[in-house]
Amino acid sequence: MNVSIVLIVIMAVLFAAGVYAMLERSLTRVLIGFLLLGNAANLLLLVGMGRPGIAPFYGDGEPQEMSDPLPQALTLTAIVITFAISAFLLALIYRSWQLGQADTFDEDEADVALRERGMRADDEMDQEIEPEDDDATSDFLASEAADDRTKGSGS
Amino acid sequence: MLLVLVAFTIGSLALPLLVRAWGPRAFFGAAAVSFAAFLYTAALSPRVLAGDIPFESFTWIEPLDIALSMRMDTLSWVLALIVTGVGALVLLYCRWYFDGKEDLGQFAAVLLAFAGAMYGLVLTDDVVVLVMFWEVTSVLSYLLIGYYNRRAASRRAALQALLVTTLGGLVMLIGVVLVVVQSGTSSLSEILADPPVSPVMTAALVLLLVGALSKSAIFPFHFWLPGAMAAPTPVSAYLHAAAMVKAGIYLVAVLAPVFAENPAWHPIVIGLGGFTMLLGGWQALRETDLKRLLAYGTVSQLGFLMVVLGYGTQDAALAGLALLLSHALFKSALFLIVGIIDHQLSTRDLREISGLGRQAPVLATAAIVSIASMVGIIPTVGFVAKEGALAALLYEALGGSAWGLVALLAVVLGSVLTAAYGIRFVWGAFWTKRDIARVSWPAPSAGFASAPVVLAVLSLAAGFSAPLLDVAFARYADLAPAASPGVPTPEHPAYLSLWHGFEPALWISLGTIALGAVLFVFTARGVGRRRVLPFTAVDAYNGSLRMIERLSVLTTTLVQRGSLPVYVATIFLVLVAGEGTALLASSDWQADLDAFHTPVQLAVAPVMIAAGVIAVRARKRYTGVVLVSVTGLGMVVLFATSGAPDLALTQILVETVTLVAFALVLRRIPSRLGAHNGSSFAVGRAILAVLVGLTMAGVAIVATGARVDVPISLAFPGLAYEIGHGKNVVNVALVDLRGWDTMGELSVVVLAATGVASLVFVTNRSETLPQITAPIIQRAQRAVRRRTPLTEADVEGAPSRTAWLVGGQRVRPENRSILLEIVVRILFHSIIIVSLYLLFAGHNLPGGGFAAGLVAGMALVMRYIAGGRYELGAAAPTDAGRFLGIGMGIAVACAIIPLAFGVEPLTRAIFEAEIPVLGHIEFVTSTIFDVGVYLVVIGLVLDVLRSLGAEVDRQANAAVDSVAAREGGSRS
Repeated sequence: MNVSIVLIVIMAVLFAAGVYAMLERSLTRVLIGFLLLGNAANLLLLVGMGRPGIAPFYGDGEPQEMSDPLPQALTLTAIVITFAISAFLLALIYRSWQLGQADTFDEDEADVALRERGMRADDEMDQEIEPEDDDATSDFLASEAADDRTKGSGS
Repeated sequence: MLLVLVAFTIGSLALPLLVRAWGPRAFFGAAAVSFAAFLYTAALSPRVLAGDIPFESFTWIEPLDIALSMRMDTLSWVLALIVTGVGALVLLYCRWYFDGKEDLGQFAAVLLAFAGAMYGLVLTDDVVVLVMFWEVTSVLSYLLIGYYNRRAASRRAALQALLVTTLGGLVMLIGVVLVVVQSGTSSLSEILADPPVSPVMTAALVLLLVGALSKSAIFPFHFWLPGAMAAPTPVSAYLHAAAMVKAGIYLVAVLAPVFAENPAWHPIVIGLGGFTMLLGGWQALRETDLKRLLAYGTVSQLGFLMVVLGYGTQDAALAGLALLLSHALFKSALFLIVGIIDHQLSTRDLREISGLGRQAPVLATAAIVSIASMVGIIPTVGFVAKEGALAALLYEALGGSAWGLVALLAVVLGSVLTAAYGIRFVWGAFWTKRDIARVSWPAPSAGFASAPVVLAVLSLAAGFSAPLLDVAFARYADLAPAASPGVPTPEHPAYLSLWHGFEPALWISLGTIALGAVLFVFTARGVGRRRVLPFTAVDAYNGSLRMIERLSVLTTTLVQRGSLPVYVATIFLVLVAGEGTALLASSDWQADLDAFHTPVQLAVAPVMIAAGVIAVRARKRYTGVVLVSVTGLGMVVLFATSGAPDLALTQILVETVTLVAFALVLRRIPSRLGAHNGSSFAVGRAILAVLVGLTMAGVAIVATGARVDVPISLAFPGLAYEIGHGKNVVNVALVDLRGWDTMGELSVVVLAATGVASLVFVTNRSETLPQITAPIIQRAQRAVRRRTPLTEADVEGAPSRTAWLVGGQRVRPENRSILLEIVVRILFHSIIIVSLYLLFAGHNLPGGGFAAGLVAGMALVMRYIAGGRYELGAAAPTDAGRFLGIGMGIAVACAIIPLAFGVEPLTRAIFEAEIPVLGHIEFVTSTIFDVGVYLVVIGLVLDVLRSLGAEVDRQANAAVDSVAAREGGSRS
């Protein structure tokens, strides 16, 4: 299959530019990167089409003379999906700006909290698994007492 | 037998309802199910005894050759009788034990289901199904132990039991898989008939034993059983005496006749079993809680059973099976008696109980009979079993078997301890102790006490009918060799009998009881809190839990960084590492490369490359966005010159709409992308980006060079015309040949559009676009009727109907452009006509649903830009959600309706007709599918406009108004 070096070079550059932008913290740049990646991916499909021919309309020529219609169908789907997702990203940017006056994202607070908890975790876990009321010697009285205890601790 | 399983299932599913209707009396029903199963099993006895083994099979997973097969040989028969019989009695007992309690439905159902699972476990002939039942019992026992789920101790004990037994179960599963692979069958009887011999089999055996040890609470897994005493006492009686803990013993008993000579067998089974017998017995002497005393006693007895049943000679097997029966009878009776004491006195601490024997003579008698069976006093079944076990082990030890000697010593010493804690139990529960006040005993009802009394009577009856047991059990014992290797075969095999005469085993038995009595006297007041081992197994368990938690926290903090760039970078790194190495190792670098195909490619390349590179370094948002659009337009040129007019058309429309959408959002946020927006690690990012670009270039070259087959798409033009009746191959591919792709795409589009609207509207998705086409007064009336607030009541006068665009009057005068309004007014309908033309012509000419939908969307964009949000409301015939829903509905209908005609989804139908004037007309139903696509795309554009356009306008206006109002308020 015959491919064009120029197309591959454009594609590689767009991929690189897209990845570079996607690694930013700014949502707008992420979106720019996403769009560039989308174009690059469509170029990949275009490269996979091989040597271009005439437009694929039945009766205009032999199938061998036409541009491959299958990558075209895939690309068409990809174009519209890219638009739908970028609209969603735009809404995210707007919402993010509306809430925090910023279109950047920070580290996930829960994850950071967990990392900090990791240092203290040992003590807590020791407390959690300390047996305190193993000595209940009845199924009948202790249940109410245990209920009270549970309520009292507010758990 | 499979039918019994079904009965258990249905019974446990129905129990919650029954409990709601009858309260605790529903346990009668549960007991009836279990008792029926007992009767059924008993009815099969003649066949089992005659050696005509009942067998049923139902193929379950055919490719794996796994069947729900049930096989009732002697061992399974004994265990099935125990499981169902004791189960019936325990369920009966529950009726009084839980009298007056609420929320019993789930508990009762789980208990009965447990009985069913246990029944399946001991009967199934398929080892994989065995593991399944094994795990089912673990899970159900978790629910049963945790019945008092408000007690921390109860929950912890349940989790501990679950973790230990499922860990064992998983290890066992590995063993089972190894065995199945080795022997080529999952049938237990076939495996045993032709046991594989190999080092792998030894490993598998060890793994199986780990499962058995964990389930049967043998050291080092013994600790979960005393903890499980947090369960209600009937559960302890059933699970921890008769049923669940017997699963491991059962497995050992199944394997022992065949595998006892394996070098790994005796050290594990006899070493650990014997040690457990001593450890449990000693610990039982220290306990003051009667139930925990019994629990450690059970641990000890399980060790005893493991040693005798696992020993693997004929005589030991015979005695072992009798021991199994006697243990099930006496231990469940004792637990149930403790339950009654607990129920009546609300304590089971032997330091608080005194003088019970005289007040509860029946209960005391039942307890003494059961203890006699445990200690091995004539005429109970326990005596028969213990004497048989001692005789069998003594013979082996005298015959020169080292493990026989170890087993004998462990059993003798363990029996001394058993006698001591047995006496301790009777003394603790029923004796009158001088230093403790006599308790007053509210007599339990006859039904409540019946279950343990029946069990005690059975202990006696079984003792007297020892010769019958001998006949029944002999068939199992015969499976084992007469003696272990190196030991001469006994002259005649042993038999079960109440009286063998004054044999050495009898003297040993009497000696252990006497020593036990002495030991009791010395330890009556407890043996202090000294530990047998320098560490406890519970500590080890807690330690490993803690280690796992630390490890998981460590892994989580390492992997889950909480930073999007890190995740994205990880994805790309994996791509480069994985794909890149594969590319470097590939031998397909043989693509047919041309510098360029058309001169246009050369012309476009520098523009696109420059735009892409500058776009990511742009300081202003607009700059970046416009430059991205330049690359998109470059794509249009490339498509147009590569024989892809549909793509070029769609791409240019999408570029336009994207740019509009960008503009709508970016007008609300500052134009500068500041340095504070975190552009760090620029060099690292650049390196990664370049690597990804190179990788993808390699992919393109290798992938195209590796193509060897004739492309499937060569057939597309012919297919498109002959099947799809369309000349535009790309369009037919979208709506017909590859219609499923489009269906998936539509779903994504609908989701994204809904996401956009949800993000912007946040609270109220159903909000429709404002309408002003009706006179304002009518709107007010309608608003009152619908009880919706009239949000735009600040209109000054009704809008005139003579304007070019009615919505334009609501735009601030400085923002209006009459020229634009006129142009839009004139062009709008023409554009809609063009879009409809594209839609219907798309089957044969460039166009189709996507392009047509985008064109219609552009018309709406124009109306919005020229006339503002009110104009958009006037222009859109209905809500965006309806467009999306109807479009998707049409597409789905196109997929489903052909099913009704017995053809595959998305199959097209063709209607042809000769109509005068128009001539030959052809209609293909895939055009209807394209209409669905058209509507969904319009819905998407409309959703973007009304969310990012109209709603953002409204929010901005509201913000301005509220600021103005606040300023006005502060000024006045």
